[in-house]
Amino acid sequence: MADPVNKPLTTTEAPSLWQGFTALLRRDLLIAFRQRSDLVNPLFFFIMVIALFPLGIGPEKNVLEKIAPGVIWIAALLSTLLSVDSLFRQDFEDGALELALLSPQPLFVLVLGKVVAHWLVSALPLILVSPILSIMLFMDADTVLATLYSLLLGTPVLSMISAIGAALTVGLRKGGVLIAIIALPLYVPVLIFGTGAVQAASMGMPYGGQLAILATFLILALALAPVAIAAGLRISTSG
Amino acid sequence: MFQTIKRLYHQFGSPRYFYEMTGKMQPWLIAGTVLLVIPGLIWGLLFAPPDYLQGNSYRIMYIHVPSASLAMGGYVMMAVAGVIVLVWRMKMAEMVARCIAPIGASFAFLCLVTGAIWGKPTWGTWWVWDARLTSMLILLFLYIGVMALNMAIENPQTAARATAVLSIVGAVNIPIIKYSVEWWNTLHQPASITLTSSSMAPEMLIPLLMCIFGFYFLFAVLLIMATRCEVLAREQRSAWVRQLVGE
Repeated sequence: MADPVNKPLTTTEAPSLWQGFTALLRRDLLIAFRQRSDLVNPLFFFIMVIALFPLGIGPEKNVLEKIAPGVIWIAALLSTLLSVDSLFRQDFEDGALELALLSPQPLFVLVLGKVVAHWLVSALPLILVSPILSIMLFMDADTVLATLYSLLLGTPVLSMISAIGAALTVGLRKGGVLIAIIALPLYVPVLIFGTGAVQAASMGMPYGGQLAILATFLILALALAPVAIAAGLRISTSG
Repeated sequence: MFQTIKRLYHQFGSPRYFYEMTGKMQPWLIAGTVLLVIPGLIWGLLFAPPDYLQGNSYRIMYIHVPSASLAMGGYVMMAVAGVIVLVWRMKMAEMVARCIAPIGASFAFLCLVTGAIWGKPTWGTWWVWDARLTSMLILLFLYIGVMALNMAIENPQTAARATAVLSIVGAVNIPIIKYSVEWWNTLHQPASITLTSSSMAPEMLIPLLMCIFGFYFLFAVLLIMATRCEVLAREQRSAWVRQLVGE
């Protein structure tokens, strides 16, 4: 006779994929909003790095105009890299990561929830302030818009790639520089097409093509990166 | 055919068999390296006709082209070994993958240095941010990332599996990086040899092919030597290694 209390959990009773995804997303957002410094630090880092370039290179309009796309993109890339170190570390230390590994949902769905939360917390604010910084670097209206679009499509890819690095190094005591060395070469295509779109816009040329390629990268990253992140997490927690 | 491959796979999966077999293969591979690289280089560097445009400076390609080919081939080989590590958990593949990284990185570095030396008289600068140079530089960075990760993790099995994931991610990205960089900037001359045709005179081509094959033998020799050391280090507790070192 079936025991109503100790009945094994069947798959129909387990939360659905979507529920697993949103539960982790909501949890990570909640944690971020309770530790507000995590929310604002990458943003201030982004603003400060961009403010340093005119100080280091000189305030001439024609120079700054020329380097602005690269400056904004590299600052966005570095602040993603800095914030990603903590993506899995807290969960790894308090055991929440092991619970995620043992949960009935496939790990890549849960990982996707975490990465999306990370992007919403650390990259979206920075995209929202980028128009102000673009104007400070003397971009015109159309170029500012191109920067916004390219960052919206490109930064999720950066988050995905750096999450692979974070997953592979989460078991190590010193993750920071190692993640940078692992992830930076993989950022190259996104950087090229991100700045390419902005540069095309600043010359008054159409930039839809570059945005389409960035969107392709985003789809590829959404499909493939979670699998690699999940594999990395399983390896990091096994040893 | 399939059965033979399967048998070889299982035999070379055993560290002891690998150590003994490669010990027997090593002299032949060294002989192959010497017989191909030395005549190839002497022919290429001394007797091949000078190029009508570049004069004698083109001769550095007898080192540059094989290095480039091996730097790329080495990464692919490392990723294939990585797949074997993740899918079949083969111990030997872990050791081979670990040993390829520094060798491949060295060839990538050699390729960049010889390219710079050639670039000075030909383009007038040591370095240009051209597509192929840049993608080779990024390949070197990818190798460095793999090596850094491998060294950072203490447990050799965990290190091998983490490195395998990273090298597969890198291998998926290499074509994307290559085409992005090409789109970004192109100045390097297109490849002169393809599988079907060649725009090169045979007196230049034959020594180049000798050098390419010779460098492949050299790569095999270096890889086998490094992997044999790795086998001894990893299997130091097993009876056959103790017997071998006379304990």
